[in-house]
Amino acid sequence: MEKVGKIFKEHTMQIILVLVVIFFSITTKGMILSAMNFEALITQNAYVFILATGMFMCMLIKGNIDLSVGATVCLVDAIGAYMLVNMGTPVPIAMIAMVLIGCVIGAILGWLIAYLNIPPWIATLGGFLAFRGLGTKIVTTASSTSSISINDIEGFKKLFNSHIPKALCIPIGVIVCVIFVFLQIKDRTTKIKKGYETESLMALIVRCVIISAIIMLFAVKYSGALGETALGIPMVLIWVVVVLLIYNFIASKTVLGRYFYAMGGNMEATRLSGIDTKLVLFFAYLNMQFLSVIAGWTSLAKLSTANGYMGQNYELDAISACIVGGVSAYGGSGSVFGMVVGATLIGVINLGMSIMSIDPNWQKVVKGVVLLAAVVFEIINNRPKTKA
Amino acid sequence: MAKVILEMKNITKTFPGVKALDNVNFQVEEGEIHALVGENGAGKSTLMNVLSGIYPYGTYEGDIIYNGEVCKFNKIKDSEEKGIVIIHQELALIPYMSIGENMFLGNERGKKAAIDWNETYGEADKFLKMVGLSDSSRTLVKELGTGKQQLVEIAKALAKHAKLLILDEPTSSLNEKDSRALLDLLLRFKKENGLTSIIISHKLNEVSYVADKITVVRDGATIETLDKSKEEISEDRIIKGMVGREITDRFPKRHDVTIGDVNLEVRNWSVYHPLYPEKKVVDNVSFTVRKGEVVGIYGLMGAGRTELAMSIFGKSYGTGITGTMLLNGREVNLKNAKEAIKNKLAYVTEDRKGNGLVLNNPIKINTTLANLDAVSAKNIIDKDKEYQVAVEYKDMLKTKTPTVEQNVGNLSGGNQQKVLLAKWMFAEPDVLLLDEPTRGIDVGAKYEIYCIINDLVKAGKSVVMISSELPETIGMSDRIYVMNEGKFVGELKQEEASQESIMACIMRSGRGE
Repeated sequence: MEKVGKIFKEHTMQIILVLVVIFFSITTKGMILSAMNFEALITQNAYVFILATGMFMCMLIKGNIDLSVGATVCLVDAIGAYMLVNMGTPVPIAMIAMVLIGCVIGAILGWLIAYLNIPPWIATLGGFLAFRGLGTKIVTTASSTSSISINDIEGFKKLFNSHIPKALCIPIGVIVCVIFVFLQIKDRTTKIKKGYETESLMALIVRCVIISAIIMLFAVKYSGALGETALGIPMVLIWVVVVLLIYNFIASKTVLGRYFYAMGGNMEATRLSGIDTKLVLFFAYLNMQFLSVIAGWTSLAKLSTANGYMGQNYELDAISACIVGGVSAYGGSGSVFGMVVGATLIGVINLGMSIMSIDPNWQKVVKGVVLLAAVVFEIINNRPKTKA
Repeated sequence: MAKVILEMKNITKTFPGVKALDNVNFQVEEGEIHALVGENGAGKSTLMNVLSGIYPYGTYEGDIIYNGEVCKFNKIKDSEEKGIVIIHQELALIPYMSIGENMFLGNERGKKAAIDWNETYGEADKFLKMVGLSDSSRTLVKELGTGKQQLVEIAKALAKHAKLLILDEPTSSLNEKDSRALLDLLLRFKKENGLTSIIISHKLNEVSYVADKITVVRDGATIETLDKSKEEISEDRIIKGMVGREITDRFPKRHDVTIGDVNLEVRNWSVYHPLYPEKKVVDNVSFTVRKGEVVGIYGLMGAGRTELAMSIFGKSYGTGITGTMLLNGREVNLKNAKEAIKNKLAYVTEDRKGNGLVLNNPIKINTTLANLDAVSAKNIIDKDKEYQVAVEYKDMLKTKTPTVEQNVGNLSGGNQQKVLLAKWMFAEPDVLLLDEPTRGIDVGAKYEIYCIINDLVKAGKSVVMISSELPETIGMSDRIYVMNEGKFVGELKQEEASQESIMACIMRSGRGE
């Protein structure tokens, strides 16, 4: 019984996610599980996954946040759309320009925060106001309708909006499953060979089965093999997965990732261990803006237009995803995987409530309660046991 | 026979998986100073937390009988109403509030909603006078040194009409002079007001100086109570009770250590305060350390020892640093901690929780933090190697822990100190600056730390040991520099060093000779 309790405690968010999916399956009479909703879950939330990855890195350092990312999306999309449409710039050059602008913005914010010691929320609040103003000014100046449509720029839209053909979905799913299971087994055998502590074989099998089942579920849904209308794997999913894999690797395996966790745990001890804590902080904000540009690409492609309302509340969505996903609001703990679960949970709740056509105002109330519940849960769960 | 003011009967307190207190019996008579001694984790603080209501009635077994009645405290306020006041080891004053505000925090003077500031400060000044502080109660606490802050804590306790005062390691952050003043204050209150106190301390010389009775706690049980009126109590006698065996030599001997060439030389080193750039905290200090040598820097708290060490360690403290520094005869200019580590310098902080360890991370991550390059290739961490390194150092330093995956925050002070030492030993330094390496750890762990220091110098490293404990400085150092008010005021060889000769250096400098 104790073991069950422990499993429950360590995987609470995943279990809640499953329960929420079951709940909406019942209330929407299975509609939430249709192939088109699998598509919607990813395309509607791609920006959340990408931005929350950057926010996760910022939050690791003492719970710092970046309020400017939604405004950055607005600004770089305005500039990108202007270049693509009004100037006729080739797609790759426009994309590179967007990245450069994002990095310049990130460098400025990072410098203010890391080297001038301006509190992050104040520095990024400045960005929040300034970038949106600038972005809106660009689109209103460029167009009488206050929005720039990129409908004709097929080359750009194709990068995010196209799909991998249906026929390839199941083979790709199988390959990904095989790679996953292979890596898990390899990890276990090396651990056994070197005599380290390993989890039980059962835990490994259960995990492999569950993860493979999820991957195959997505693959089958996207392939339309069940006779549903389907389009194939959305390209934007590939972008999201690549970003997540890279940052998961950085956070868990690299020296740089270790610095983030150590700084969140004890800034002074990290500095005295010979680590350039200012540089790491600078990098966190530079990186955040870089990822904002990628999120900006996906949003611009999805909406096919740039206007002054782009990216509104994106920063709050990203922060919520991190908090619900168990990233500590005080820094020092959390994982990319947890954040993904948090973002998915919020995404599923949004989707389910939209299908049920719940009043948008109530939707906001629900999301607020979920966010607070997650924080309260984290704090209770991590409350130190009374010491001897 | 004096009246028994407090009796704790058959107290048992269990935490999940551990029995912290096992059938403890403890008696205090009115008007005595009763010392509670024991190794870290023996259960002293737990016992006092039970007494003061931090662990409420019902979470422990047994009875607390105070002034003849059985007490059921549910919170600290309950015990304070009876006159039992606890002063914790970590000072609980708010730096940006005045002494008066701190003193009556939660106990504000005045009527209903409005605070009567005249009464607050008037009362506060009265209590400050009682503890011998001449500062105005309108002074902000941050302006005070730790010695005065501790006195404010006592004044605060008096303001709560304390009849039984519990002091948990009151002198752990005080220098010898302030410690002595504090203990004398307790003795005076005992004589004049009949105040009863319980004092928890690791410093045995203080315990034998101040206490009427000494109760030894070991492994969650009271072992014995020594009564000074009945027998002569030596420090060795107390240690024997604490560890359950006799420690014949408190400082292990060094064998076969050859002292070699000069490893670190600092010339005319001056450092200014980072916030008050006109204040000189280190004043024209010069010293040398040889290979295989332990150099002690003794000084009172606030003498500038930590500031000196941190400024040497890549200018991690202070502004306007001037002076020359040579490592192995080569002049270096270290701009930050990273360069200091690269040049084989290590600074082991006095404040292991504040700026030494990442408490919510496991031992293995703390062990490698200052030298991650050694366990990584192309910036990717080799977790196998990291694990092995951590286990190797755990075994070498005899750190008591089930696994190196354990979070450092869960370890006792002595074991935390070992992890901190492991971290810096793994950085492979030639010169280690150890700042108060045995602060707040028990006798057994201290001995082990001394052994580690001996092993380090045997391996040809140089150790600079900063300490405010005289016996330790004298017992461990080959050479001793005495520091006072930012200056070096004396250099003594081991054979010349004694408590008297060292204090004489400080007294002389104080008179401006």
